[in-house]
Amino acid sequence: MILVIDLCYRGDSLSRDEFVGPVVRHLRGAGSSPAVRHYTAIGTHDFEVADGVILCGTALKDRGFMENPGRFRWFHAFERPVLGISSGMLALAAAFGGDIEPCSGIGMTDLRVIAPDPLFAGRETFAAYELHDFAVRVLDGFIPLAVSDRCVQAIRHRSLPLYGVLFHPEVRNEWIIERFAGLVESAGASIPGDP
Amino acid sequence: MRLGVLFSGGKDSLFACWKAMQHEEVACLITVVSKNPESYMFHTPNIHLVGLQAEAARLPLVEVGTAGEKEVELLDLSRAILEARERFGIEGVVTGAILSVYQAARIQRICRELDLWCFNPLWHADQEAYMEELIDAGFRVIIAGVFSCPFDASWLGREIDRRTLDELREAARRYRITITGEGGEFETFVTDAPFFSRRIAIEEASKVYRNYSGLLRIERARLVEK
Repeated sequence: MILVIDLCYRGDSLSRDEFVGPVVRHLRGAGSSPAVRHYTAIGTHDFEVADGVILCGTALKDRGFMENPGRFRWFHAFERPVLGISSGMLALAAAFGGDIEPCSGIGMTDLRVIAPDPLFAGRETFAAYELHDFAVRVLDGFIPLAVSDRCVQAIRHRSLPLYGVLFHPEVRNEWIIERFAGLVESAGASIPGDP
Repeated sequence: MRLGVLFSGGKDSLFACWKAMQHEEVACLITVVSKNPESYMFHTPNIHLVGLQAEAARLPLVEVGTAGEKEVELLDLSRAILEARERFGIEGVVTGAILSVYQAARIQRICRELDLWCFNPLWHADQEAYMEELIDAGFRVIIAGVFSCPFDASWLGREIDRRTLDELREAARRYRITITGEGGEFETFVTDAPFFSRRIAIEEASKVYRNYSGLLRIERARLVEK
């Protein structure tokens, strides 16, 4: 099961269909069974049963999720695949003490893949939809995987399966969500004793 | 949160309005009336009837005209949203954008400039589920413009009910078009919505049609009890 975390301004908000709905739909299309929780209502049990986590994006003006970065410390011990999308990437960076800097991007942008990784394998460049007012400064312990002319667009932790993407893969790059679901499945299959 | 809904009179903007009403307060509707039938941003058939729809919804309407030239019309949209912010104190804007990155990105930029929230409740929604929900919720939607094969003159004025939806599905399969008309294959006009106090009765309409391109011009319509 993939835990999909809604970072929007409240549970069952008007933003949910826009930022969580398409991710859930693509996961179902890829054969996964997602469970959605609002970030303020996640219990220990939710993490225990999750094979992977996706943190969804938010509206540009929605930054409530950044008020308490300690809330996302579970990343350090989770050890299974995590994908932070846009605001989710900012939450991931904040949990590792990373800084964000103003960088606005709205619309399609060209990305260059700059480091090999299974998530982007076979792609050197692609166009992606971005919607952000901030970007993550490169973090200690993370490798930049893809960049645009203006900022780092994708990162991965050096030793943990943690990914952050600044763009929105659920728009025009559904293949990334499908690949992430595949990574979750293969990570689950490689855990000894895991059913 | 007080919101303004970008309003064209078609199903997507009215459905987005209904979604917004379930979570926040819709304070006004915002319409840009384009003189250009090829407008990049704004749907045009029967835009003159948005006032009647706003009256049915008992919501104030902010209406701004545009010559409909590419990019210049965005300044007119910005002017309309600014007027809605000043008159009705809106804190955000709602759109009915489904797939168009072109449309969504431009409205996102305007909202950012005006320090407003932007909501797109239909964004990348499951198109089948959306059309089903539209009918189930009690929206009455007619086809008011056709712009591609296989939509001939007989489609103009048809209500999108279950039977029409089945035919749209079949057309989508055979002609690689969207069942929502998001690709510009057809345009719609809403005569009733769950939040309308009265519905719109069309009393006189004419069809202009040639080679899979046509409009239903609603000449006379009025509000009647539901």
